[in-house]
Formats: sequence, C-alpha cells, structure tokens
Amino acid sequence: MTAVTELHRGESEPGRNPGLALDPDWVDSVRVNRSAVERRTAALPGRRSVKKDWQAAWLLKAITCIDLTTLSGDDTPGRVRRLCAKARRPVRAEILEALGAAALPIHTGAVCVYHEMIETAVDALAGSSIPVAAVSTGFPAGQTPFELKLREIELSVAAGAAEIDIVISRRQALTGDWKALYDEVRAFREACGPAHMKTILATGELGTLRDVGRASLVCMMAGADFIKTSTGKEPVNATLPVSLVMLRMIRAYRERTGHAVGFKPAGGISKAKDALTYQALMKEELGRPWMEPALFRFGASSLLGDIERQLSHCVTGRYAASHHQPMG
Amino acid sequence: MGVAEIFESMEYGPAPESDAPARAWLDGHGRAFGLFVGGAWAEAVSGESFETANPATGEVLARIAQAGADDVEAAVGAARKAQPGWHRLGGHGRARHLYALARLLQKHSRLFAVLESLDNGKPVRESRDIDVPLAARHFYHHAGWAQLMETELKGYGPVGVAGQIVPWNFPLLMLAWKLAPALAMGNTAILKPAEYTSLTALLFADLCREAGLPKGVVNIVTGDGRTGALLARHDGVDKIAFTGSTEVGRLVRVATAGSGKALTLELGGKSPFIVFDDADFDSAVEGLVDAIWFNQGEVCCAGSRLLVQEGVAEAFLSKVRARMETLRVGDSLDKAVDIGAVVAPVQKERILAMIARGVEDGAELWQPDIPVPGQGCFVAPSLLTGVEPSSVVAQEEIFGPVLVSMTFRTPAEAVALANNTRYGLAASVWSENINLALDIAAQLRCGVAWVNATNLFDAAAGFGGCRESGFGREGGREGLFEYLRPDYAKSFKPHAQPKTPKPTGELAGGAAGIDRTAKMYVGGKQARPDGGNSLPVLDPKGRLIAHVGEGNRKDIRNAVEAARAAGSWGRTSGHLRAQILYYMAENLAARDGEFACRVAAMTGADGAAEVAASIRRLFSYAAWADKYEGAVHGVPLRGVAMAMREPVGILGIGCPDGLPLLGFVSLVAPAIAMGDRVVAIPSERHPLAATDFYQVLDTSDLPGGVVNIVTGARDALSHTLADHDEVDAVWYFGTAEGGAAVERAAAGNLKRVWTNNGRERDWFDVDQGEGHEFLRHATHVKNVWIPYGE
Repeated sequence: MTAVTELHRGESEPGRNPGLALDPDWVDSVRVNRSAVERRTAALPGRRSVKKDWQAAWLLKAITCIDLTTLSGDDTPGRVRRLCAKARRPVRAEILEALGAAALPIHTGAVCVYHEMIETAVDALAGSSIPVAAVSTGFPAGQTPFELKLREIELSVAAGAAEIDIVISRRQALTGDWKALYDEVRAFREACGPAHMKTILATGELGTLRDVGRASLVCMMAGADFIKTSTGKEPVNATLPVSLVMLRMIRAYRERTGHAVGFKPAGGISKAKDALTYQALMKEELGRPWMEPALFRFGASSLLGDIERQLSHCVTGRYAASHHQPMG
Repeated sequence: MGVAEIFESMEYGPAPESDAPARAWLDGHGRAFGLFVGGAWAEAVSGESFETANPATGEVLARIAQAGADDVEAAVGAARKAQPGWHRLGGHGRARHLYALARLLQKHSRLFAVLESLDNGKPVRESRDIDVPLAARHFYHHAGWAQLMETELKGYGPVGVAGQIVPWNFPLLMLAWKLAPALAMGNTAILKPAEYTSLTALLFADLCREAGLPKGVVNIVTGDGRTGALLARHDGVDKIAFTGSTEVGRLVRVATAGSGKALTLELGGKSPFIVFDDADFDSAVEGLVDAIWFNQGEVCCAGSRLLVQEGVAEAFLSKVRARMETLRVGDSLDKAVDIGAVVAPVQKERILAMIARGVEDGAELWQPDIPVPGQGCFVAPSLLTGVEPSSVVAQEEIFGPVLVSMTFRTPAEAVALANNTRYGLAASVWSENINLALDIAAQLRCGVAWVNATNLFDAAAGFGGCRESGFGREGGREGLFEYLRPDYAKSFKPHAQPKTPKPTGELAGGAAGIDRTAKMYVGGKQARPDGGNSLPVLDPKGRLIAHVGEGNRKDIRNAVEAARAAGSWGRTSGHLRAQILYYMAENLAARDGEFACRVAAMTGADGAAEVAASIRRLFSYAAWADKYEGAVHGVPLRGVAMAMREPVGILGIGCPDGLPLLGFVSLVAPAIAMGDRVVAIPSERHPLAATDFYQVLDTSDLPGGVVNIVTGARDALSHTLADHDEVDAVWYFGTAEGGAAVERAAAGNLKRVWTNNGRERDWFDVDQGEGHEFLRHATHVKNVWIPYGE
C-alpha cells in the first residue's frame, strides 16, 4: 500500500497516472462558485465528527499520511536524523499498546527535505520502507532556469528520493498559458522517472479558485501523481475551499480517465482536529481509498505533535504536555 | 470494534450528543406541561392532554395540554390586558426585553438544540448550527427594530393581539419568526405550537419568565388543530399569522374572513431548483443536499423540483446519485447524521405513498445503497427521474427527502416549467453567467430566489411567498408591516352605503342630445355586456342619466383574459409608466369641466373638487412609478440580498360607491404605477365617471388590457374576481358583508385581499387616500440572494 513499494515498479507501473494530452476544452470548462465552495467547507466540520476509538484510529491513520517535513535554511544532518527517527516511531509505544494498535505499521508517510538532505534521510530511514521526498524545481518560488529544474530532479532521484515535490511556474497559470504549464510539468514528470511526482500549485498565489481548478487539471493531464496545495511558504497555504476544489478535480479526472491522483494539503495544518476535518473531506469527496498514504498526504511539521497529545489524551483521559512527546 | 479494526475500515462511528440536560428539563416539569398564560403555568381547563414522542425511537417524551375554548379565552384575555402596557413601554423598553430573550436563547442554545432534535427528529447538527442561531438572530435583529420603531416607523402603531400558529418542521425558528417582529412592534401574542413539537416553545416560556418579560406579552397554548381554530376565530385577536400547509391555510383564510383580522399565511411550496449547463455542478449538487435533504425535506421552501438543462442532465444526475451515496441517515442526536427522522409515522406513510404514486405515474425511483434504520420514522433519500409536469409528484408538495427531476431545453422553458405550479415560495438558480442567473431570478414567481445557493435565511431579509404559498413577509423591514397599522386607520368611519334614489322615470337634463352608451372596457376596447342587459344610472333625484352595461361572470372572465394577455406591462420601466400616468392626468385635465359636471350630475357633490383631487392623485402615482424602490438587505454573507418590489399581477378592484372618480383613480393608479394589471368594478351607483375615463385611457397610450372596466353589481362581480384563480389579488372597498364574501372566496387560490373591513377612509386626505399603504398592496417583495466572490 505504501508509495515506496509501488515506486520500484517504475514508469509503467499500473495505478500510476500516465497523464494524457492537454485537453484545452476541458480546462476551459472548469467552473467554480467560490461562495458555494465556502459554504460546503464551512458546514463540513459540523457535519462529520469522529469520537473515542474512532478518533484514535483516524488520528493514527493521519500519522501514516504525514510527510514529516523540514525545509529550513538551518537544516543539518543531525536535525534530519532526529526527524527520521521520529518518522519511524511517531507515537510512544505505550500509547500504541494501550490503544491496541501495537501491531499496526504506524510510521509517517514520508520524510520531506531539501535536496542536500536526501542522502542523510535515506540512510536514516534505511530498512523502514519510509520514502524520502525532496522538494525541487527551485522550491519554493520556482524562479530558476528550466534546465536547472530538470537537473535538480534528476540529481534528487539519483540521490535516492522516491518522491519529488515540484513547484509549478505560477506565471503560466496566472497568464492562462496552460500549454506552457502542461509542457513544463510533463517534462518534470519524465525527469522524475520512477519517483512519484507531487505538483505544488502554490494556490495562495493563484488568485482564484477557478485557476486552482484549472491548474489542478493541467497538472494531472501532465502526469502528476499527487497535486499539492502549497509550499508552506506562501502567505496563505492549505485551506479547505482550495482543497475541495482540487479534490473535485481529482474526482472529475478519475471519472473521465480512470486514473487515481493523490492529494496533499500542505502548510498551516497543525491541529489534530484540522487533520480529522481533512480526512472527512477526503472520505466524503473521494472515498475510502483516498484516506491512505498512497493517495493522501499532509505536508506538515508540527501536526504530529498535536496528534500525539490527542492520542495520549484518548488513552489517559488527561490532557498531555508537549514536553512529554519525544521531539522530532 | 477496536482501534486496529477501525484503522482498516475508517468508518465514522457513533458521535452522540448527550440528551441528559434535555431529559433533566423534562423531568423538572414532571414530563407534563400546562399552558403558559399571563406569565404563569396553568393547568388546561379542558383537562385534555396528549403525548409527544421522539420520532426516531417512538419514545414518549412528555404529556402536552390540549387547550380548549376556556383556555384560549384566558390566553387572549391575558394578551389583551398586557398589550397597551407593552406598547406604552416604548421601543427602548421592548428592545431590552427582546435583547434579553436573544441572549438567553444563546446561553441555553445546546439545550434548545437537543430538545428540538428529540422532539422533531431533525439532526442535531441542523438544530445546533441553523435553527437555534437563526432564532437568536431573529430576536437580536428585532430588538433593533423595537429600538428604532418610534423614529423609523412614525405614523404606525401595533395591530394589537396576534394569534400565531406555527408548524412542526422548524418549531423554535418559526416561533422566533412570529414572536420577534410582533413583540418588537408593540403587539402581544398567543402562540400555538404544532402538536407534534411543542417542547421548545414550552422551554421558551421558561425563558420568558427568566427574562422577566411582562406577564401576558407571550402566551403559549398547546394543542392540535382544534386549538388553532379557536384562536383563528377568536374575536379578541386582531391578527392571525399562520405557517403550515396550504390546505390548513385555506381553512384559516375562511375562518378569519370578515372578522377584520389582519392575516399572513406562509404555506407550502414546490420550489424549483434550476441548473443550467454553465453551472458549477459540484456546488449545485451540494446545493441540492441543502435544498431537499435538509431537515428531511420537511421544508416549505425545499428545492424539491430539480430542473436541469437537457444536454447535461445525465452528467448532473450521476453526480447527484454519487452524492446521495454519502448521505448518512440515522439517529437525530448523532452529530454526524445528515438526515434524521421525519416527524411522525403518519408523515412517513404519506411520503412513501407519494413516492409510490410517482412511480405509478411513470417516474423512475432511485435510492442510494446506504444504511437506513429499520425502526423509527426514517425515509431513505430518494430521487425520482423521468417525472413529467403532469405527474402528481411534480405538482404536490411531498414534504420529505424526495427530489423529482425534469429537464428543460432553453432558459425560457426553464422559467415556464418553474412557474408551472400553483405555489410560489422560493427558487434556486445555478449558473456561472450573471446575465442568465439574474434574468431568470427576475422572471420566477416566488418570494425568495437564491442565485447559486439555496435555503439561505436571515432576520434582515423577508421570507414569504405568493400564489398558494401564501402572502405576507417575515423578516426584514418588509416583515414589520405585517404587525403594524397606520395611525390614521383609527379615524376611519363606519362605511355607510348611500341610499339609492327612487327612479322617477324622468330623464336628467332633458332628452335633446345623441344617446351616449357607456360600455365596458376590455382589452383596450369598448365592449358590450355579455348578457345584453343594461342598468340605469340615476341622479340623486332619481332621474335617469344614462345606462351602463350589466356585467356578469363572462365579462369578468373576458376582462381577466385581457389582463392576462397584457403581462408585459409588469416588465415596462417605471419611467414609461410615469409618462403614461402623467399623460392620463393631462388628458383628464383637458376635460376637467366635463368630468366635473358628470360627477356632480351623478352625486350632487362638488365635481370640480373631485376632478382636481383625481388629477393630483394621478400625478402622485406618476411620481411614485419610478420611486417605490426596493432595498439591499444587510444579510451576513459576502453578497447581497436584494429586496425587489414586483407587481402582484392581476388585480381585481371593487371601487367605493361615493367619489366615483377619485375612488376609482385612487385605486387604479397605484396598481398600474407598480406594473399591475387591473379589472376594476367602478362605483355601482355612479359608474359613468369610470366609463368616461376609458376615453382618457385610450388617449394616454395605456396598452390595452392593463386597465379593464366591468360595470354592474359590485359585490357579485367582486366575488367572481375573488373566486377567479387567474386573479392574484382583490381590493374591495364596499360593505362589510361584501368584504367578508370576498375574503372567503379568496381562499380558493389564496389570493391577497385588501378590504376596508366595512370602514371608510377620507379619499381626499393625502395620508389616507394615497401613498405607501397602496403601494405596498400593489407590490410584493421578492428577495433575491446573490452571494458573490471569484
């Protein structure tokens, strides 16, 4: 079920989105009513609620969908090794024990780093089946030469990244140059080879939900394995309305092509309650398969800590202190 | 199921809301309730009671008193006694009380929500997130109107004592919609909850005590339809506000006819939900969930008739079906349930019977493969496709989670299908093209239209319908007038029917001239009476002035037909209508001497004064034609709710006998100024001023059919108009008995009626004889909600 096992099956791997030729009519036909989208997402947290054991199980599942992330200028091998250790053992053993979940394969979905940290992460995660994801293509702004972007992908894949999180050139979406966007993302996909490609739309910079929808569609046509909201560096990152629009595009793409594309909200999701809302959104809009790490990831750094505290509360009935949870 | 299993299944699991506080409150009342009268709990004198149950489980929750005649008497007495003091308390004093009620509703919001769901079966998510907050908002908003009444509503006072009968689908919210404006405007009230769902009203009674509301301002009498009938017929009640079925609304209309009670009716609907091919389909599907699967579809304004453009119908319906698969049906107190229990076993049976009827008529039934509890009043969400307009399920309100679907080809056909109903409550229009969406919203016959949205409500925007969905508005400035009476109404004198002189057989003014035959005026042409009979018109001394045609049913039929054909009048600009009204004044002025002589000859009064006043009146409505504007309401959303004043449609007008020209002009001019079409019955005694007037109409560019004049027996002809289903409203200014007969007959299609209740206004007085009251009756408010944002 995990991405890493599928990964080694390479390009022709069944289940991967091969993309299709750009279909401008389809892109043009995208319609999004912002107010209606906002009403749906405003109502959803009140419409769905999981409690007790169900909440604990959902939160454990959420952990398996986290791309545990560090993307800082001051990242060092030591910092990354500590993060990887946390990715292997995200929850204290006694809590899993108490939940009756000791036998479950609870580790994060991936560890997400800059290119320079890939090797450290791959080493630290050896034998764990946890893939290393690398942000790429001039992350976060994407304003580097196209050739360098391709080269960066190739180097990262060569360094052992099983997943590549690319950023799109926002100017192409903002000017409606969907052909250029398609060609660029298509080229990235080819450069990724066996590595799964997540395309970051940087939705906070796209201006309208309709453009979010259109960019989502173009990226899927270009072969994205995942579409991802944000770099985490924009002023506004993942939001429920943006996510809903992207999920509806994934559904439309699935209905028309049969290909399942994953979704990754990133940035600003730091509370267990938020994670549950996103999970409910996935279940409601796309169904059960999209609750698994193969098709759903959280891009988050501090979310795990809050989930741990919540799980601790599920077990002990006491509110937990953050310093009781081992640092990542 | 353990955590490890759930980790695989990723099911939702139960998310129960605790009902302990609600049960504690019920226990605190011994699970048996009396009536709330004069600020205290009282045992019902009737001694009768009945059980109220949780429809999700069948569990009996409490015993409720069945108020009888003595109980209603006591409640009305308490309200009457309290009313003057409540009014005298002043706007600020009442505002404080309403504010306190709003605060208390918020403080006890969870208790109200849980109790509502227990009693009604609706999901607690809805009662918690929608019903209770909207109810509190209604009290806050109207606390503001109480505060502003003396400055913003000068010249108006309370109607008096209001009898308010609310339905079971939104028990607390409807209570708020009724009580808040009534109390704000200085009225006191007797509220009767529906027998299935009395509990939150009784909890509200506790709140009134807690808030220190003066005794008798709010009285709650529980019981079934018998109690409602007692209230509707009680002489001590000045106003009845009813929300419920069209069927019962008709009974209320008949029961109050001729009583002088003001009346508002908010009744059933079969509201269209129109999806164009350029809509955001996913959002429209979600809108449908809010339209027909909100409150189990037990919503008067439920978007129960899906009209989808033919070319995209299959694509859209497949999305609808997929969405239905994720609806969750179950225990009302589960926080993650979308559809709870319908209110009672009898309602479940009715819904199932309607579905069966639809299938019998050729519709295809589809229901999702989702769990639906076998016990309790649960009905699976249902989609009926291939429904034709002729099918019963396309015409009649189902009041359950059942969507019927039809297709259309063009915008014009969408409008035709949408308006092809006896109802006119609400509508939703889905299109990303603003030109299309607003054009359609303007053409729909309804009181509320939502553009790319559905079931949005707010205290600041009026809600209510037209046609057999009733009349009157609740909420917004427009809703206040349902609980107000103009101060000048106090000076109205009892109507005195002028004595008919005895015919002398002589001719007035000699016999020298050429015989002028006054005809009727239908479709812009002079028309002879269908029956071929004429009536004499006499001067005060009994001498014959001339003959007029004796109109009959067929003349009314022809006149209404002509008015119907002139429908484009309602779409003309106010500027154009003003020009025509000025032109009419101009042409009347050119012949003022002739009209003055004619009036004087018939009435013996000062004809010149009446003609002068009539010219002024035409000027007034020419002035108003482009100035009686709507409003943009301050509703809490990014967008606008536009309160548009629209013409009522076809108006039947029975004119007063005295002042044959001024009476006629005072009633016809505001109607045509607002875009209505008119069938007028002029003064029965003195009809010649009106029949002369059609020459003024002919020379003033008024399109044929906008004003039609049928002479003859006013009361009989007015009755025919009131009985005519194509007529949208009747104004009647004659005898008390004639008014009562019109009100009774109007129950047929529940048209709006405005009568003088056997009283006489001073038509020369500009306050009484023209202005807002006339314009309000000539229009209805359609609130068009337009959320925006790209």
